[in-house]
Amino acid sequence: MTMLTKRIIPCLDIKDGRTVKGTNFVELRDAGDPVELAMRYCAEGADELVFLDITATTEKRKTLAQLVRNIATHINIPFTVGGGISSVDDVRVLLDNGADKISLNTSAVQNPSLINQLSSQFGSQCVVVAIDVKRIHGVWTVVTHGGRTPTTLPAIAWAQQVCDAGAGEILLTSMEHDGTKSGFALDITREIAAAVPVPVIASGGGGIMQHFEEVFQDARADAALAASIFHFREIGIGELKKYLHQQQIPVRLI
Amino acid sequence: MKTPTDQTGNKEESPEVVIIRYNAGNIRSVLFALERIGIEAVVTDDPDIIRGAGKVIFPGVGEASTAMQYLKERELDKLIVSLTQPVLGICLGMQLLCSHSEENDTPCIGVFDNVTVQRFNPAQASLKVPQIGWNTISGLRSSLFQEVPENSYCYFVHGYYAGIRPYTIATTEYGHCYSSALQKNNFYGVQFHPEKSALAGEQILKNFLAISL
Repeated sequence: MTMLTKRIIPCLDIKDGRTVKGTNFVELRDAGDPVELAMRYCAEGADELVFLDITATTEKRKTLAQLVRNIATHINIPFTVGGGISSVDDVRVLLDNGADKISLNTSAVQNPSLINQLSSQFGSQCVVVAIDVKRIHGVWTVVTHGGRTPTTLPAIAWAQQVCDAGAGEILLTSMEHDGTKSGFALDITREIAAAVPVPVIASGGGGIMQHFEEVFQDARADAALAASIFHFREIGIGELKKYLHQQQIPVRLI
Repeated sequence: MKTPTDQTGNKEESPEVVIIRYNAGNIRSVLFALERIGIEAVVTDDPDIIRGAGKVIFPGVGEASTAMQYLKERELDKLIVSLTQPVLGICLGMQLLCSHSEENDTPCIGVFDNVTVQRFNPAQASLKVPQIGWNTISGLRSSLFQEVPENSYCYFVHGYYAGIRPYTIATTEYGHCYSSALQKNNFYGVQFHPEKSALAGEQILKNFLAISL
């Protein structure tokens, strides 16, 4: 039986051209050269990569564009670039330099029409909307600015709204789970995966291989993203995919 | 990059590999993929350069009617159908080589005659539309797939598909079986993105570039 596979997506947090990974987005550790790491992930069987520029500022744009160009000439799988993207021009520069998709986060909340503009200009396939969520008074709510700023947007309604505006995929991160290695937020992932027509990438909390099995099997995520466990080789991408295959979850084995 | 005309009226040689420039997305990804396998290509919408190239790649992602309108305004549709060298349509490029697309009821270029591009039915088996991700290609029958193992994984991003036809040279399943590649004479079309399909994709690009008619 052949079918569409579940994707494993390593995320590389980029600061000043280097890979870093924090716990709850605060404490940073250096995990190396992004292009080298990206190539290692490709060789191990990663299905896609996400590069998140966590210190993106206007003056850093040029450096990021060069890094994207460098990545594009070295890796042969799709990759997404996110972090500080707030205009059509920002996106054009990244796509021109070889990014396959871009991801919006805070800027989508501040200016939802940006999603429409980008999807009509470049196509939905390259517009990933990252949604960071947290339970506030028991309700899963959208938070922005790396989790520091709460909004009044309920997570599910926002997910549906971004899809109506033309988002091609949703990258869902539970800020309560991110960095904890205690498992993905299964309930909200399941609810959003059922509520939207586009693929949902689950992020935040993956610590052991069973967590990935749960998020695919129980929460119906289409893809799962993680960073530090791959960076520091706590879980190998190859062994993770072999494990998932043994659990009857369709994955691309190489 | 324009090819200047010399005084005798003969044009300088066209490049070996040309990528057709039009209003679709992700065109440069193909350029970078070729660069990775050591091939220099030129992105152009100049009819003379396209006509003179050894190989023509017609890539792209986007919406069919907007793309067709752009191609028609520049008469690139007529040019493409008249090409005699190997041509490779990728994703939207493949769909535009078909006769018709349900996407905004768009008449297409029609190289693959009697092939209508249809929309995946999302109601079926709780499919997400578009299909995004890695799926297998099977029933491989073309030199395009030389040294590409049966059931290799390739990367797909599409909401519309071409059914199984006599031109089918590879199939994929998403809810049902459909054509993941088509071929008629010198025209090849792949629904997936070889430029993003790891080693299998690189082999397919190399095979296309090695085709001699």
